[in-house]
Amino acid sequence: MSKLLNSSRFNPQKFNRNQIVFYVIMIPIAIFMALPIVYLFVSAFKPLDELLEFPPKFFVRHITFQNFINLFEQSGSTGLPIYRYLINSIIVTSIVTVLSVILSSTAGYILSKKKFKMRKVLFEINTLSLMFVSCAVVIPRFLIISKIGIINTLFAHVLPLLAIPVGLFLIKQFIDEIPNELIEAAKIDGAGDFFIYLKIILPLIKPALITVAILAFQMAWNNVETSNLYVNKEEFQTFAYYLSTLTNNSNSIAGAGVSAAAALIIFVPNLVIFIFLQAQVMDTMAHSGIK
Amino acid sequence: MKNFLLKTKKFFSNMGTKISEWLDKGNRTTVLFLIPYVTMFLVFIVLPIIIAIGLSFTYYNGISAPKFIGFNNYIYLFTQDSVFMKTILPNTLLFALVVGPGGYVLSFLLAWVLSQLPHKSRTVLALIVYSPSMTSGVAMTVLWKTIFSGDEQGYLNSILLRFNFINEPIQWLQSPEYLMPVMIFVTLWSSMGIGFLAMLSGLINVNKELYEAAYIDGVSNRFQEIIHITIPSMKNQMLFGAVMAIVGAFSAGSIGVQLSGSNPTPQNAGQLVVNHIDDYGILRKELGMSAALSVILLIIVYIFNRLFTRLFSEREAKKNVKATK
Repeated sequence: MSKLLNSSRFNPQKFNRNQIVFYVIMIPIAIFMALPIVYLFVSAFKPLDELLEFPPKFFVRHITFQNFINLFEQSGSTGLPIYRYLINSIIVTSIVTVLSVILSSTAGYILSKKKFKMRKVLFEINTLSLMFVSCAVVIPRFLIISKIGIINTLFAHVLPLLAIPVGLFLIKQFIDEIPNELIEAAKIDGAGDFFIYLKIILPLIKPALITVAILAFQMAWNNVETSNLYVNKEEFQTFAYYLSTLTNNSNSIAGAGVSAAAALIIFVPNLVIFIFLQAQVMDTMAHSGIK
Repeated sequence: MKNFLLKTKKFFSNMGTKISEWLDKGNRTTVLFLIPYVTMFLVFIVLPIIIAIGLSFTYYNGISAPKFIGFNNYIYLFTQDSVFMKTILPNTLLFALVVGPGGYVLSFLLAWVLSQLPHKSRTVLALIVYSPSMTSGVAMTVLWKTIFSGDEQGYLNSILLRFNFINEPIQWLQSPEYLMPVMIFVTLWSSMGIGFLAMLSGLINVNKELYEAAYIDGVSNRFQEIIHITIPSMKNQMLFGAVMAIVGAFSAGSIGVQLSGSNPTPQNAGQLVVNHIDDYGILRKELGMSAALSVILLIIVYIFNRLFTRLFSEREAKKNVKATK
């Protein structure tokens, strides 16, 4: 009996006494990991006198939105209002998210369900490029971006982020689970590739699409590098970049409140999106194995 | 000569008809669906690597045409660039060795513990553990800068001072001896990313009957169970996690520069290959040298990954040998 109990330890249905030890391990770790994030929230809503207080207190006593108001009253070095950075970020992030999902899902469908010579090789190359460290090639990328003439434009933000090897990888693994018979049957009924892709594949791989969308969102939304290297025109720079200039210039505690407010604006969308969609992500990850 | 031309012409026209025949056989969508991804992939991932390899054999300042100089950049880096050999390479290896495997083991252990909790509390705790990795360095730098601030106003300093652990504030981010530990700590804190999620979901989905069978076969403790059942049955997720951990460890390079606010970092204490690439390429305009460093970095990442994959496949092979005995 005890052996059977033991074996059903993983993914348990409900609480039992054996789990107490895991809670004892996990809860302090979780608190420790959450502390910096809680601290970020707290500092963003602290009034100036509480930020300057010595010794510093962890929690906020008088919640204020002054840091956010101050943030939006600031402007870039050429007088560009802050919301422009935010709008750029929103535009770039939405385009990257939508397009990268389309690109990886179309390619994933072909690599999973079509039989042709290059198929295996292409997927192998893609799997190999999971190891690609993009910050290693910023200079060659700069040369390419200036050669094709998209430097200092919004395109420079979007195009380099569209091909996400992890995205194609996850989607392809997910489509592999769709039985071929389903597609054969649709073909016999006269369905073309577009129809199959839109009406059969896409609805069945929703979790994978959502996961890739989240990854793309995180990449684009948090991206500083592009504005830093490829886009010198302020009107095309992003909010994350503006945040990074804030932290470089102001070391004062007073500036910390405004920086924390800006950081929160970057962080919260990531958090909210993940909270709502985490179940789909976990579903996709079950298929994430490298074979 | 004429014959040769005719032959090539014939060859190409043959190929042309072959391709159009292939396209007509319902492969048009194959090409149409693949081309957008493949183009972007080639232009922004493959091409940069090729350019980096090409430029690494040249002297190039970004203005005049690149001049071929053979292996000189590599030779210079390994023999003349004392900063690279003495601090940057050791720094990078130390950082990657602690953060890569460290973050990986940590991810697995946390995922293992979490997988034994019921769904609701598991989800909440996993979200907390995952959340630091959602934002890249930037947003979090704000936070770490106030926590590790060098004056007594700094959060950590004020706590340590209050409890008399230290007598005067420590320059966490500006002093060479503390910058690297802080970088490692911050990166480890945010290393439970997509690899962690993959392993967690792998753990949840391991076939329970395997565990039952194992206990009948005489597996007697948790450690044996992890080694003999859990890890082998989620090998694919483990590998995925490993690749993500290694790439993460080598990509996290900018953290030192962001924390200390300067490139190079104070006395090069937090200088990693990634920063050195930027240093050569952007600050000193020696693009050839920078490209050579890029190539070295990509090779290091590749070797790390091979080692890891090898490790797993060897264990697998041993297990199979045992099984056949």
